[in-house]
Amino acid sequence: MTESNAMAHLRARQSAWETGALHEALSRMPERAETFMTTSSEPIERLYTPLDVAGIDPVDDIGFPGEYPYTRGVHPTGPRGKLWTMRMFAGFGTAEETNARFKFLLNEGQTGLSVAFDLPTLYGYDTDAPETLGEFGKCGVAICTLDDMEVLLNGLPLDKVTTSMTINSPAAIIWAMYIAAAEKRGIPRAALGGTIQNDILKEYIAQKEFIFPPRPSMRLVTDTVEFGTRDLPLWNTISISGYHIREAGATAVQELAFTLADGMEYVRWAIARGVDVDAFAPRLSFFFNAHNDFFEEVAKFRAARRIWARAMRERFGAKRERSWLLRTHAQTAGASLTAQQPEINVARVALQAMAAVLGGTQSLHTNSLDEALALPSQSAVQIALRTQQIIAHESGVANTVDPLGGSYFVEALTTRMEREAERMFGEIEALGGVLPAIEQGYFQRHIADSAARYQHEIEQRQRLVVGVNAYVDAAPPRVPILKMDRDGERRQLERLARVKRERDAEAVSARLAALREGARGSANLMPLLLEAVLARATLQEMMDVLRGVFGVYQEPVIL
Amino acid sequence: MTQQPKIRVLIAKPGLDGHDRGAKVVARALRDSGMEVIYTGLRQTPEMIVEAALQEDVDAIGLSILSNAHMALFPRVVELLGAEGRRDILLFAGGIFPDEDVPEIKKLGFRGVFGPGSDTREIADFIRAEIAARG
Amino acid sequence: MNDALDLAARVASGDRRALARLLTWIESERPGAREALAALYPRTGRAHIVGVTGAPGTGKSTLVSALAAAARARGRSVGILSVDPSSPFTGGALLGDRIRMMDHIADRGVFMRSMASRGSVGGLAVATGDAIRALDAAGCDLVFVETVGAGQAEIDIARAAQTVIVVEAPGLGDEIQAFKAGILEIADVFVINKADREGAERAANALKAMLDLGNTMKQRRVGRGADLSAATLDASGHHAPGGTGAHAAVASGEWRPPILKTVAAEKRGIEAVLEALEAHRTHLVESGEIVLRERERAADDVQRSLGRALIRRALEAAGPARVEALIDAVAARRIDPRAAVDALLDARLDAGQEGE
Repeated sequence: MTESNAMAHLRARQSAWETGALHEALSRMPERAETFMTTSSEPIERLYTPLDVAGIDPVDDIGFPGEYPYTRGVHPTGPRGKLWTMRMFAGFGTAEETNARFKFLLNEGQTGLSVAFDLPTLYGYDTDAPETLGEFGKCGVAICTLDDMEVLLNGLPLDKVTTSMTINSPAAIIWAMYIAAAEKRGIPRAALGGTIQNDILKEYIAQKEFIFPPRPSMRLVTDTVEFGTRDLPLWNTISISGYHIREAGATAVQELAFTLADGMEYVRWAIARGVDVDAFAPRLSFFFNAHNDFFEEVAKFRAARRIWARAMRERFGAKRERSWLLRTHAQTAGASLTAQQPEINVARVALQAMAAVLGGTQSLHTNSLDEALALPSQSAVQIALRTQQIIAHESGVANTVDPLGGSYFVEALTTRMEREAERMFGEIEALGGVLPAIEQGYFQRHIADSAARYQHEIEQRQRLVVGVNAYVDAAPPRVPILKMDRDGERRQLERLARVKRERDAEAVSARLAALREGARGSANLMPLLLEAVLARATLQEMMDVLRGVFGVYQEPVIL
Repeated sequence: MTQQPKIRVLIAKPGLDGHDRGAKVVARALRDSGMEVIYTGLRQTPEMIVEAALQEDVDAIGLSILSNAHMALFPRVVELLGAEGRRDILLFAGGIFPDEDVPEIKKLGFRGVFGPGSDTREIADFIRAEIAARG
Repeated sequence: MNDALDLAARVASGDRRALARLLTWIESERPGAREALAALYPRTGRAHIVGVTGAPGTGKSTLVSALAAAARARGRSVGILSVDPSSPFTGGALLGDRIRMMDHIADRGVFMRSMASRGSVGGLAVATGDAIRALDAAGCDLVFVETVGAGQAEIDIARAAQTVIVVEAPGLGDEIQAFKAGILEIADVFVINKADREGAERAANALKAMLDLGNTMKQRRVGRGADLSAATLDASGHHAPGGTGAHAAVASGEWRPPILKTVAAEKRGIEAVLEALEAHRTHLVESGEIVLRERERAADDVQRSLGRALIRRALEAAGPARVEALIDAVAARRIDPRAAVDALLDARLDAGQEGE
């Protein structure tokens, strides 16, 4: 039988099935709903067959693991060679407390570090700023000076583990502190591996921890890309993040499209700076959400790799294979956790983590069961980490590469998401690109609409959330939550005051003045920030200089 | 034909966190239930929130916070409202709150505390019932 | 003293809580509002009322916020009314203009209020007019009334305000479209905001061309100042767009709206707008047009209030049952609408002697 004969035969059999067995079954028992949809409200068909993947080329579109367009993964042996990095995001209170949590996690088998900073740090404020009332150490660790960073990293094998730092507006400064702390311990910067999130675009789009207007922010990001390409070849200078876009309410496709659009914008800026695309592109990494809808999530990761590979090769003319690879971290969906019956979150996290693994993630954070209530307790973090270990060693999903590849459903969904993302790229381009789209509220409006629709579906019970609008437990068990050292803020303030007292004030003002000059011009700010960090200027002092030069951004009002 | 008294609600985000998904979803839902909702945006200090509530003469204030700084910021809002003689304004809170904080927040005078998974219609009904009870 | 007079006294003394409450009364048409406003009426007429209108995304709120800051620097107290539409379906509204005003929140010299249009016909104009008077009586030197430039609202604002700013911004799609019919005629000052964006110059030029073209049209506006032919104006050469506001006005008695460029988010170009506002106010006073405009507005206020009062009285006199019955009859094509009105007015006349 020729190929087209085979398809004709299949089509005939399918229609016979529809009028026969299917029709009979439906007349005996109708389906549970008229339509079925994904977590992103995308319609899903009853059955997927070879007809649904007829337009998908098994070589050009799906291919092989470790080969263009990387739909099946970035590495030929997938998790059979090296398991994903189990990287638990952690940070709270003082540098001492977070340092102790890191040592606990490494001891428990974690293989990479991930630092959460507190909100004052994320906004470029020192612990003693009046704006920070009540925020010290609540969502992460407070870092004001090089001294804090040295305490945070004390005793950690920085030449052996990689460190991921979730920091955006002040990313360049925090990175400079990390580099300076490592070098003081004799570890050369070229040997340092890790990631700064440094993804300012998604801040305007979703997480809202922006400070400066978009253009000076992009200049700062491009400075770090340029500096890293030259001085820290093992460092990922941007972790282009869909995670927060999804958490803010975006659908899976919006997460996919907006994140990749952001990625391409960074590439444009770096190329415009004159950095060779093949020099910096291998150091861009991604960070996606792993949400509830199992197959939609798997398809999202696969589509992301294919879109990125094609864009890098075809649109930006990258020549090195490493430039085409989309390497990604993943985190299970915080917004999917319920405060109701928190223990059942363990099951959600396990399924979401499984989707990320089957999607081919390089690194994974699993949320803790108590995160809809507070920062995770140590025992909750341990369960979350153990969940990854069970997936890795007991479930069997890591025994073969891309086991869902070739599934009619998954391949059809992957292609559909790719097409939908391309359509959104077109919309963004029509608005003049990512920055104008941000300024016009394109992303924000779409995300707010999706969030409202999702809530509406739950309230109309078109979508069931176990423990929330179905199977509600009137008296759920309470879970113990994290207690923080109430004395931490005082000790942090003391250290900050001591640094300010003991440092060479003249050197600090000289470095800050040099930074101001640099910011006004077009110099790469990283060397100037390193100098200021070494003189023990505080985070806020440096950020205030930049606020003075760059201004502070007001976002468009999107309700 | 005197108009039906409109319920005016201020939705504000105190503290530094930028997670405005919940605040916006609730603001939209309250609008859709017929209320006039004044949204003040991110990073509001207690002083800003109280002054805005005063000028807008709202019936209710909803505070959304996910940064865990609520036990520092909520008492300040209550204190400032008291200083302005406006403790009569209905207070409610949304966000992530440890179980043990909920009674404390209620003791401050917050009549409703809504965690993740709350139904927006429940919030609207709560506001309507509370306002009606106040006459 | 009753509640209303007490409230009026507190508003007059600058109590912002009382002002906030009076605005609530006005919006909800509480009977006391009328009495309080009547008591305050002699204190009104001192503020400069500035309408600010333009399409969504032009940065009106940011501009108003920047203008308020500049006015405060000159020692003026500022009142701001931001009017946004209510949903015609639910009656609810989501009012976000405060987001841009929060810079002034600690400043007792700035009072800002968000108003929903509340949908009733003419209600926007009536409540806004009363709200303006409340802010005026409370001692605001400058009152900004901000509305989305769409439909009836901007015309209402043009009537309520002494000076109207029409805000434009480049890059919102078709620039020409934005200067739609009706908006040219109401503008006393044009502001091209976000002027650091590409297309600002093009927008300014398009606007200038339209102003040149529409110059004669402008004079048709009822109650506006002395006529001067377009030819005379063009020859005068004093009104090149982009100049500072104070100089863009034509000295000879006719006001030519200046076209000013701002980047409100960075507070650039704001002083020139403030100067243009003052120049326009001076022009209104010196040309005597302010008197005409005041009278025009008074006539408008009286007419609208009369209309609402008559409707209310007629409906009350007939009673809801009679009204419903007449509506049913019209719907069933038994009588025509005019006959229903006649019947209602007759009922009004019958009950007319009872007073209120």
